[in-house]
Amino acid sequence: MSTPAKMAGKAMQQTTVIPRRDPADARKERGFAFLMYAALAITFVSLAALLVQIGLDGAGSVSTNLITNFPSKINVESSGVKSALYGTVYLMLLTAVFVIPVGIGTAIYLEEYADRKQWWNRLIEVNIQNLASVPSVVYGLLGLAFIVRGPLSLGRTLLAGAITLGLLVLPVVIIVAREAIRAVPPSIRDGSLALGATKWQTIWKQVLPGSIAGIATGVILALSRAIGETAPLIVIGAAVSPRFLPDGINSEFTALPIQIFAFSKDNDPRFLELASATIIVLMVLLLAMNSVAIYLRNRFEQKW
Amino acid sequence: MNPMTEPAEIDPVRSGAGRADEGRAADLSTAPAEPTITVDQSAEKIFDCSGVNVLYNGKMAVEDVAIPLLKGDITALIGPSGCGKSTFLRCLNRMNDLIPGAEVQGSIVYHGQDLYAKAVDPVEVRKRIGMVFQKPNPFPKSIYDNIAFGPRLRGVKKADMDEVVESALQRAALWDDVKDRLKDNAFGMSGGQQQRLCIARALATSPDVLLMDEPCSALDPISTGKIEDLMTELKDHVSIVIVTHNMQQAARVSDKTAFFIVDLSAGENKRIGKLVEFAPTEQIFSNPADVRTEQYVTGKFG
Repeated sequence: MSTPAKMAGKAMQQTTVIPRRDPADARKERGFAFLMYAALAITFVSLAALLVQIGLDGAGSVSTNLITNFPSKINVESSGVKSALYGTVYLMLLTAVFVIPVGIGTAIYLEEYADRKQWWNRLIEVNIQNLASVPSVVYGLLGLAFIVRGPLSLGRTLLAGAITLGLLVLPVVIIVAREAIRAVPPSIRDGSLALGATKWQTIWKQVLPGSIAGIATGVILALSRAIGETAPLIVIGAAVSPRFLPDGINSEFTALPIQIFAFSKDNDPRFLELASATIIVLMVLLLAMNSVAIYLRNRFEQKW
Repeated sequence: MNPMTEPAEIDPVRSGAGRADEGRAADLSTAPAEPTITVDQSAEKIFDCSGVNVLYNGKMAVEDVAIPLLKGDITALIGPSGCGKSTFLRCLNRMNDLIPGAEVQGSIVYHGQDLYAKAVDPVEVRKRIGMVFQKPNPFPKSIYDNIAFGPRLRGVKKADMDEVVESALQRAALWDDVKDRLKDNAFGMSGGQQQRLCIARALATSPDVLLMDEPCSALDPISTGKIEDLMTELKDHVSIVIVTHNMQQAARVSDKTAFFIVDLSAGENKRIGKLVEFAPTEQIFSNPADVRTEQYVTGKFG
């Protein structure tokens, strides 16, 4: 501050109405801001460190071989993760086929039909919230006991894996879809019903089109969580480093996280490098999916 | 038009008007006497309501409404907040069915048919009785698709749709404003245009009654004026029942006016909406039969 201004300030002090800022307040303000930035920095720096480390470790092994070749113990240099990449993509599509209708159907029921006064509807709601936080390995055990063996006895197949992952992400899909459906204002439903639309016509022609962008975003994010899951697939017994592609929903399969796990268990440092390269493949896939989700949300989400 | 009928007889409430004239407000929370109906009922009735009660979760919200709504009329429902005028309006197209816990008792007869008979499908009711809401609620679709929504539900063919859409927009005096941008999203229109779009949307299915729930309360005076002009133009073909908070609006546009109040005699927590008077609008505003109507329309309460 220049001297004349300072002097003017002093001269004005006598008649000032608004008291000057308490220096202690200002310190607190700065202190809190610092803490916020520190928290942000911890998250950001650790994530960046991880990505850089993996980039440095794996960049050397990233090549077209990685996605065109099968894993090999003999030709480590040209070993790839073709079976895992295909397995992950198939798994994701199959999970989507399962989780989209069931998830949206449940969300529609809970938002549009369920009477909250009935205890069973409240029970379903609470359970869905809880299921969303059940550890994934528990879903793996469920898949092993009821899908791979037990009542369904599907074996260690792509279908069994997809159903297991579907169950795992179903609560998340339901919760996101419910939020999107709830965002459609009641006045839209009233408007549609007042024109003589039935409840189902109103849901199908107004509520779902109005919420589909939100639902799609949620489904994609849920699927990207599903394809990153390792534990449930290990528990249900996904194949390790198979040299074949799944030829149908009853075929054995593997997925990228399993392949990463298998590579990283090896003592040969070249496999550790391959593991890092495979992580890069998985990360690119996840980032691509999340980008699509963000795009869908920004482009199509309905502003009411 | 038939000449206005005389009030049937001088009832006890009417004789109490003298006290109000002395400037002392009547006790408006006391139980109201029987409603006064001074409307010539020889014209064709679209709705004939008697003993209509509406309950929410067993609690009385509107009690004992008896009104005949006549063909070709604009009927205004006025009264202070919470008097049940909107609730009553929503009985007429069975929109109250959609509110969990809502129950409608009494009889509402629509063209001779009991609207609440077991065999009556509420969806079919709403196809014949249009409704316009307080806040414009266009669908997040094109202007064209907003209008076409109702006709499509009724199976109007694609080839005939352009004509249906144009005619509805014409009737709502919106065609010239939007004919070059039918494919634009309705959310890009102004509030007044959106409300006229909602009216056009309701007209597209050729209802014989249009229920309007405070249709201008979210609009500026110019848009309000346009909608009022529109109502006057429409009434040759469509009977209109309008709920309004705005007494001047009721006076400007309506032929008949029903005045409701909140009855607090059962306790502060038991607010029950009741009909006080139903009469030609001119009479309601110049020479009401009930002292409470007079106090409300002259701004002494409400």
